[in-house]
Amino acid sequence: MNKPGNEKQIMKKVLKYVHRHLPLVIISILFAAFVVALTLYLPILQGRAIDRIIGKGQVDLTGLVRILLIMGGTALVTGFLQWLQNIINNRVTFRVVKSLRDDAFRKIETLPLSYLDAHPSGDIVSRVIADADQFSDGLLMGFTQLFSGVLMILGTLVFMFSISWQVAVLVVVLTPVSLFVAKYIAEHTYQHFRKQSEIRGKQTALIDEMVGGQKVVQAYGQEVIVQARFDEINEDLQKSSLKAVFFSSLTNPVTRFVNSLVYAASGTLGAFMVLRGHISVGQLSAVLSYANQYSKPFNEISSVVTELQNAIACAGRLLELIELSSEKADPAPAKEIKDFTGKVDIDHVDFSYVPERPLIRDFNLHVHPGQKVAIVGPTGCGKTTLINLLMRFYDVRSGDIAIEDTSIYDITRNNLRRGFGMVLQDTWIKEASARENIAMGRPDATEEEIIAAAKAAHADSFIRRLPHGYDTILHDGSDLSQGQRQLLCIARVMLALPPMLILDEATSSIDTRTEMQIQQSFDALTKDRTSFVVAHRLSTIRTADVILVMRDGNIVETGTHQSLLEKGGFYANLYNSQFARS
Amino acid sequence: MKRLTTYIRPYKKECVIAPLLKCMEALVDLFVPLCMADLVDIGIHGNNVPYIWRIGLILFGLALLGLAFSVIAQWFAAKAATGFAAGLRRDTFHHIQTLSFSSADQIGTDTLITRLTSDINQTQTGINMGLRLLLRSPFIVFGAMIMAFRVDVPSAWIFAVTIPVLAIIVYGIMWITIPLYKKVQTQLDSVVSSTRENLTGVRVIRAFRLQEQERRSFEEKTDLLTIASEKVGRFSALTNPLTYVIINLATAYLIYQGALRVNIGSLTQGQVIALLNYMAQILVELVKLANLIVTLTKAVASAGRVEAILLTESDMKDGTEGFPEDTTVRFDHVSFTYRAASEESLTDISFCARPGETIGIIGGTGSGKTSLVNLIPRFYDATNGRITVGGKDIRSLKLSGIRSSIASVLQKALLFRGTIRDNMHFGLPCASDEEIWDALEAAQAAEFVRTKPDLLDAPVEQGGRNLSGGQRQRLTIARALVRKPKILILDDSASALDFATDAALRHAIKELPDHPTTFIVSQRVSSIMYADQILVLDRGALVGKGTHEELLRTCHIYREIYETQIRKESEGKEEAVKS
Repeated sequence: MNKPGNEKQIMKKVLKYVHRHLPLVIISILFAAFVVALTLYLPILQGRAIDRIIGKGQVDLTGLVRILLIMGGTALVTGFLQWLQNIINNRVTFRVVKSLRDDAFRKIETLPLSYLDAHPSGDIVSRVIADADQFSDGLLMGFTQLFSGVLMILGTLVFMFSISWQVAVLVVVLTPVSLFVAKYIAEHTYQHFRKQSEIRGKQTALIDEMVGGQKVVQAYGQEVIVQARFDEINEDLQKSSLKAVFFSSLTNPVTRFVNSLVYAASGTLGAFMVLRGHISVGQLSAVLSYANQYSKPFNEISSVVTELQNAIACAGRLLELIELSSEKADPAPAKEIKDFTGKVDIDHVDFSYVPERPLIRDFNLHVHPGQKVAIVGPTGCGKTTLINLLMRFYDVRSGDIAIEDTSIYDITRNNLRRGFGMVLQDTWIKEASARENIAMGRPDATEEEIIAAAKAAHADSFIRRLPHGYDTILHDGSDLSQGQRQLLCIARVMLALPPMLILDEATSSIDTRTEMQIQQSFDALTKDRTSFVVAHRLSTIRTADVILVMRDGNIVETGTHQSLLEKGGFYANLYNSQFARS
Repeated sequence: MKRLTTYIRPYKKECVIAPLLKCMEALVDLFVPLCMADLVDIGIHGNNVPYIWRIGLILFGLALLGLAFSVIAQWFAAKAATGFAAGLRRDTFHHIQTLSFSSADQIGTDTLITRLTSDINQTQTGINMGLRLLLRSPFIVFGAMIMAFRVDVPSAWIFAVTIPVLAIIVYGIMWITIPLYKKVQTQLDSVVSSTRENLTGVRVIRAFRLQEQERRSFEEKTDLLTIASEKVGRFSALTNPLTYVIINLATAYLIYQGALRVNIGSLTQGQVIALLNYMAQILVELVKLANLIVTLTKAVASAGRVEAILLTESDMKDGTEGFPEDTTVRFDHVSFTYRAASEESLTDISFCARPGETIGIIGGTGSGKTSLVNLIPRFYDATNGRITVGGKDIRSLKLSGIRSSIASVLQKALLFRGTIRDNMHFGLPCASDEEIWDALEAAQAAEFVRTKPDLLDAPVEQGGRNLSGGQRQRLTIARALVRKPKILILDDSASALDFATDAALRHAIKELPDHPTTFIVSQRVSSIMYADQILVLDRGALVGKGTHEELLRTCHIYREIYETQIRKESEGKEEAVKS
């Protein structure tokens, strides 16, 4: 996986997302400035009030009440602005996270299958969900506090200088200590957070796999071993979390300590200044509450910094996903195939999943419109690979595949896939109603058409028996049997009526009686349609126009059923073994 | 939340020490305003230079003490929180493993994953913050109030009024937001399932060119999530500004009251400053508390979701007896209905499988074949009737015994990430390489494994997706064989195999040294026609029972299946059938 760069680069990229909400950010910053100014103005008012209550009989009540009224008004305005600012920050944060998630999802839709086939989906899910969440938490805190924190520090210094430059200088001298400490802790924390994030990703991958495959785990009674693997990662996570949490929580007490030092120092110095008559007691009290406020933003900033670092670590993992290279872009300008007759030519194709292990070598095949191509061969010989290439799930390493005499690399993938209908052995059901699942290939289909397709696929009767018939929400884990799922997938194709068909063991889980019954519909469907059929049932194979016999990624024999049998080669062997007594 | 307190119990010590030290730190903080009052009244007004120095030093000492308390407290809090989360995660994961198939079906994989990951993380953060602040903040708030009363009772009354008002605000907001946070989590769940669905269904989605549509529906879901989050945000964003305003109004009143008291000589200027300091401390704590409340509400909502999982009792009670030597399996008027289903999947099934026999099960799609074999290893419990092994009701047997004696190869060939050897060890953890090769050999998988450069160390991706369907099926069969089961169940697990491989596989299973009782579910007559006993299912009912020859005579459904298959597949190849 490519690294999206260091913290700074990640931050830059995140800022690009924030940039889309620039007007809101500017308003937020303006509000923050107002809030800070007003917050800082309050201690001055307080100091003035205190100077009007010097001692017994020395209280200026009328002046005092005026000041107190101003104080109350200021507080009200500040609170209101603060609330608005919070809402704006919320909005910006949640929208940025939404854009990140949407972009991540968009990326998932275009990632090459070679990537998706090789990476645990749990890890990807963890990035889109958990990392994005952590990022949003961090960003929100960062937004609300980082900017006002900095303003607060600057503002405080200005006000302090206006009261007593000596105390202000003292505070400024102590500042670097605070910054240094915060920086030191932050650096350490980042490392630990990054590690925690990594281990968490691993754990999510394991959880995803094991909870997803729970039935197998239970069937084999392997709960203990799975638990042991989980526990191992869990312990690692506990250790790394402890470090990450502890280090990040150090920031607070340590900066507070520096804070208290500043307070003690300015209190003492301030007292001497009062003695010498440089400032009043009220001003001292104002200075002290500044001293408190001055280091408070440091606290906040440093805790924000740790949060932000965690957020950046998470954003990094999310951006890593977003920045993966998509599959090769569609050609521009692309040619377009409007009418598919079903002519397919495969010329000198070489292909391998891993470069060092060639799988398909110099593969040639010419299919005329309407032909039925059966692909047979022992399990694992590369039958599915051919489908991967035809559908452009994977690209050939060399050679070319042409449809209607146009290279499939000169047209868009969508154009290509419009030409094919596909039923795979691994059925996939979308979390949606049975109706929507069937209408997947033709969302505009009418109710009658959908039901007709379901009937043709013999799926109608079992769908009607579902709790809500065609409106039953299905999902991957629902109680449909493997065969019922295949019937549903066949119904999809029956409805979509694509110009060409790919059937990869499409009926492997369907009983032969039902299969026989569907056969008619299938025959009607494949008539005059080019079809590629991977099957082990000879009934399907025998009627094929061309049979490709594959072995170890190569086509070892080509011909019709009859000619292959006469040849007495690999196919004949395979065929004869079918009824061998066990 | 009761169930979850178990996980914090091992950290009792940490849970006491952390907040205690935090309170000590708070106590230190509470002394600071008193020192400042003395600094003004004694040091400044008394023109006492050494006293000022002394106060300076005391302040420094207090700072140091506060630091020490706080650092130790953070350590204990972090330890308790991460330990709690780790324990909770471990047990939740464990609990999920013990859920019966029907409970797990009902809850759903996606939400289980979110709860195990993001929800537990939230509770960890909640506990960590809670330990640090939950006691400390009220302690400071009330401490400051008490100190204020010690300074001057009449002026301090405003504290007693302000604090309850603030408490009402903070808790009121919490009360409003908790259900809203739950909604946010539900929205998040739907985003999770959308993401997962698109990863598992990527081929179909692309084949049907649904990327655009999926993207739009995903964006709709993130939109809803954003809206829900913003709604909570509007309420929780109120906490800080509201407390700020109230505290400042109270401060203004405090100054006014203080001024009156100073005017009549009951209070000094330094004491007024001290009172203001206490008010300021309360504000600082409340800001922290407000942030804490947000974290805590999220944590409580998440904790509830995790707890719900832990409280989902597996609807299957474990038995006590060991697995019998006699492996006669008997179904006695067994009926079965899935929990969410409206009609029976199996109706009144009775048969008996003697040790070492091969039982073939055949029937149409949705006829209940899988449901039937799933009852044998107790993946589900029969709704009516009973199933016995060696004369004992399987509900009286220990689940661990059942699962280690019965190997079931499920319809969906699922392998795990790791190596081929790892996957075989999944069947039998202590299997030697020799035993593994034997199993691979019998499962007809040895040949292709041998072509892998790394042999048994060849990597397997999640779900086995770097292998073909047939390879996966053979490996899952090998995984079952390696454990040398007494009862072997093959649930249509050879569907992706070509006929030759399928035949060789059946032959090898027949020749296994321990002669397990074997149940073979298949669509193909050729796979089961040589079985000792064949069960024919139709719409959940047992419509035929006997050998191939018997059934051809007596069961018209079987004959129909046979004829449609064999006749069609052997046209022009009659001699092969007859031989």
